[in-house]
Amino acid sequence: MSRAIWIDVGAEAEIPARAARRFVFAETPIAVFRAGDGMLFALVDRCPHKGGPLSEGILHGRAVACPLHNWIISLETGAAQGADSGCTTTLAVAVRCGRVFVDVGALDRAAARA
Amino acid sequence: MARTPRKRPRLVVIGNGMAGCRAVEEILALAPGKFAITIIGAEPHVNYNRIMLSPLLAGEKTFDEIVLNGRDWYENNGIELIAGVAAEAIDRTGRVVRLADGRAIEYDTLIIATGSTPFVPPVPGATLPGVVTFRDLDDVEAMKAACEKGGRAVVIGGGLLGLEAAYGLARNGMDVTVLHLMPVLMERQLDQSASYLLIKALAARGIAVMLEAKTTAFVGDDRVRGVQLDDGGFAPADLVVVSAGIRPNAALAKAAGLDVARGIVVGDTLQTSDPAIYAVGECVEFEGQLFGLVAPIWDQCRALAQTLAGDGALRFACSDTGVKLKVSGCEVYSAGLFAGHDRSEDIVYRDAALGIYKRLVLDNDRLVGAVLFGDAADGPWYLSLIKSGESIADKRESLIFGRALTEALAGANPKDAVAGWPATAEICGCNGVCKGAILDAIAQKQLTTLDDVRAVTKASASCGSCTPLVESLLAAALGDGFERGPAVKPMCKCTEHGHSRVREEIVARRLMTIPAVMQELEWRTPDGCAACRPALNYYLLCAWPGEYEDDKHSRFINERAHGNIQKDGTFSVVPRMWGGLTSPAELRAIADVAEKFNIPTVKVTGGQRIDLLGVKKEDLPAVWADLGAAGMVSGHAYGKALRTVKTCVGSDWCRFGTQDSTGLGVRIEKFMWGSWTPAKVKMAVSGCPRNCAEATCKDVGVVCVESGYEIHIGGAAGLHIKGTEILCKVASEDDAIEMIAAATQLYREDAHYLERIYKWMARVGLDSIKARVVDDAANRKALFERFVQAQRFSQVDPWAERARGLDADEFRPLKPVLAEPHR
Repeated sequence: MSRAIWIDVGAEAEIPARAARRFVFAETPIAVFRAGDGMLFALVDRCPHKGGPLSEGILHGRAVACPLHNWIISLETGAAQGADSGCTTTLAVAVRCGRVFVDVGALDRAAARA
Repeated sequence: MARTPRKRPRLVVIGNGMAGCRAVEEILALAPGKFAITIIGAEPHVNYNRIMLSPLLAGEKTFDEIVLNGRDWYENNGIELIAGVAAEAIDRTGRVVRLADGRAIEYDTLIIATGSTPFVPPVPGATLPGVVTFRDLDDVEAMKAACEKGGRAVVIGGGLLGLEAAYGLARNGMDVTVLHLMPVLMERQLDQSASYLLIKALAARGIAVMLEAKTTAFVGDDRVRGVQLDDGGFAPADLVVVSAGIRPNAALAKAAGLDVARGIVVGDTLQTSDPAIYAVGECVEFEGQLFGLVAPIWDQCRALAQTLAGDGALRFACSDTGVKLKVSGCEVYSAGLFAGHDRSEDIVYRDAALGIYKRLVLDNDRLVGAVLFGDAADGPWYLSLIKSGESIADKRESLIFGRALTEALAGANPKDAVAGWPATAEICGCNGVCKGAILDAIAQKQLTTLDDVRAVTKASASCGSCTPLVESLLAAALGDGFERGPAVKPMCKCTEHGHSRVREEIVARRLMTIPAVMQELEWRTPDGCAACRPALNYYLLCAWPGEYEDDKHSRFINERAHGNIQKDGTFSVVPRMWGGLTSPAELRAIADVAEKFNIPTVKVTGGQRIDLLGVKKEDLPAVWADLGAAGMVSGHAYGKALRTVKTCVGSDWCRFGTQDSTGLGVRIEKFMWGSWTPAKVKMAVSGCPRNCAEATCKDVGVVCVESGYEIHIGGAAGLHIKGTEILCKVASEDDAIEMIAAATQLYREDAHYLERIYKWMARVGLDSIKARVVDDAANRKALFERFVQAQRFSQVDPWAERARGLDADEFRPLKPVLAEPHR
């Protein structure tokens, strides 16, 4: 069981609505999304299909369309929608005093499960 | 045996606001004489209803009407009120509250209800006279005084309170602009569709709204004169009202050593980290949440009273609340989780004519959220369904139509919902046709098809969104005698409308934004999908050149990042080579860039240009800057746009060349580059019928002959192989360019998004294109002029703009740092 490791990834204003920003932590690309309703989500930035960068996809509702082959991935569970199946890891996001924090501890937990 | 009466325990409340007084009321109701109560308040007033500050400002209420507890309440309940004196410190070991005037008030139990302070952005000028918040009576007095002088007011923050302030100021004759940081008004409560309607409704009340407006300074000398925005804009103002959120007043608790995060941390009994001290209201943090709405604070007060004066069985828990905007004639209601999640489903109902938008969010046959605009009467009913968590499986079909209809239909077959509607129920909102009129027409005129019904009654003849209802009525009346007609293929699952209808409506109704299209054409999803959003963005861009603001978040990544995404997430860069011509200087610059940025692959494309493959996204602006310095611009190899104009060497060099095909290709490319089209457009110019530039398999091709130029259209050499058709033959280069631009403009205005020219041509017919472009000279001229007009706004090199810093965030990764361990 690993603990939470929160990292400060930037100011809240750096992630505009219906857009995503990415960063790399321990060689793992991580995407931080802001849905149209303002909610923030973080996922490992790899589509479960062919590893496409989800951070570059079009957001709608609380899902993103992978730019490579248009798989639709839920921002909340990381799971592929519709007929496709597969899942990317989701990470917790918190906002404190205008800064965005992501819990990268979940990467260890996901690695332990794999 | 009677016990000696013990001295009553002393209960002290810091804060004479709504939460503190309500907690005392709840305690008095449970155990009237249990405590000797003292309330300490910094404001000199008695307790009044802050929620009613908006109606007070709007002049719809007076101060006496919003007083919650007058002097007599304190007297009748034996409460000692210390008003107008602030509490300065809490001595936890001595159990004493120290006041600013030196007094010390002893307690056995202490309740902190210090509320919150408005957040004012930390920018220059925040202390200028004329910059006020919207929090207490003094603020309202200041705002009313400003209104007497009239002029312009800016409200910063388009949340619930900010909009109510804006409405109050407008009612008092001010010219009001609301600046909101987010792209959606009241983003905690509304979605983009409801926000669009709200902006329209506010505009009708004289309130302008600017979204994504970030304040960088309050400007003025002796008093505020306006607000400076980060995009360089300026909003003049005689009064600025800041309503940008609240911060809990936790300093007193923190200084006393209580556990404080953003607010004073409490558990479900409202107890702080000191067992003798409780906290309630907006100063509190519970399970990481802060509280600004009144309903959960009332719940806190009830739970606190149970802890202190009851059996303690009631614990505080966060629960759903409904929110209603207090702007007269503007019905807005939001409850629960309106944003939905992956397993949830949306039911959306829109009535464009009446300006109604309703959205229900379902999760496993339970209602979890609701957003209502224009007709909010059923809001509390939906909230009760959300709170009860009961299954709505049996009322799913009628749920969106509200309580009355749902209850009337209880037990009926949901598939026949329309059969149970009364004869007076309106079926077609556009033309005001009710169910009875349609059934009468079917019976009396012996109608059997949808088109018959449309012709006779006009039902479903306008926007068409009631078509399924009309078909249900036909099916019910005719039984097996009714055959559904061939349906128009909808754009996507978000709408019933086909592409052509959407394009027509955008122009006919002057729809200027994506939310406007979705509301007015009654989209079934709240914000579209990855298929319709890029299509709508293109249709709007094509319809309103120079007016529509491109929504980059509705574009596919290639058009957003101005490069082609590759399988590993890197990009390819293809600079434009006009007509396939290049020069030693350009080639040198390409070579230098490839070495400088370690670009792994350099390849010649089929379109007579050079592709740099494997460029990292963060390097793109610098790569473009270097290419731009050598005079090169974007080749749009990534866009639904003009790609290349391929040429052969023509009469300058070739012994068979009939015309200057290279020169014409360069002219065409220089004239047409930058144009956005429904799908990619590839062109070519061949200097003779040997056709070395392969012009007869391009979207548009020119084949030069001795007597002039053959204009070809509708070829393809990809998934499908198709030779072009000849559109016409012209005598001069100028005529060729006019013809090609006019045909391209017709394609831009007429085709469906992602429909290549050959597919468009197969759908509408070559004759139809010829009739509008070749035979009708006046129409050709008009098309040509519209193309020229659109080019005025599209011939801006997107690479140069981004090399200069536009959209810098798009290309810059976040830079994370390890944070302090966080609670």
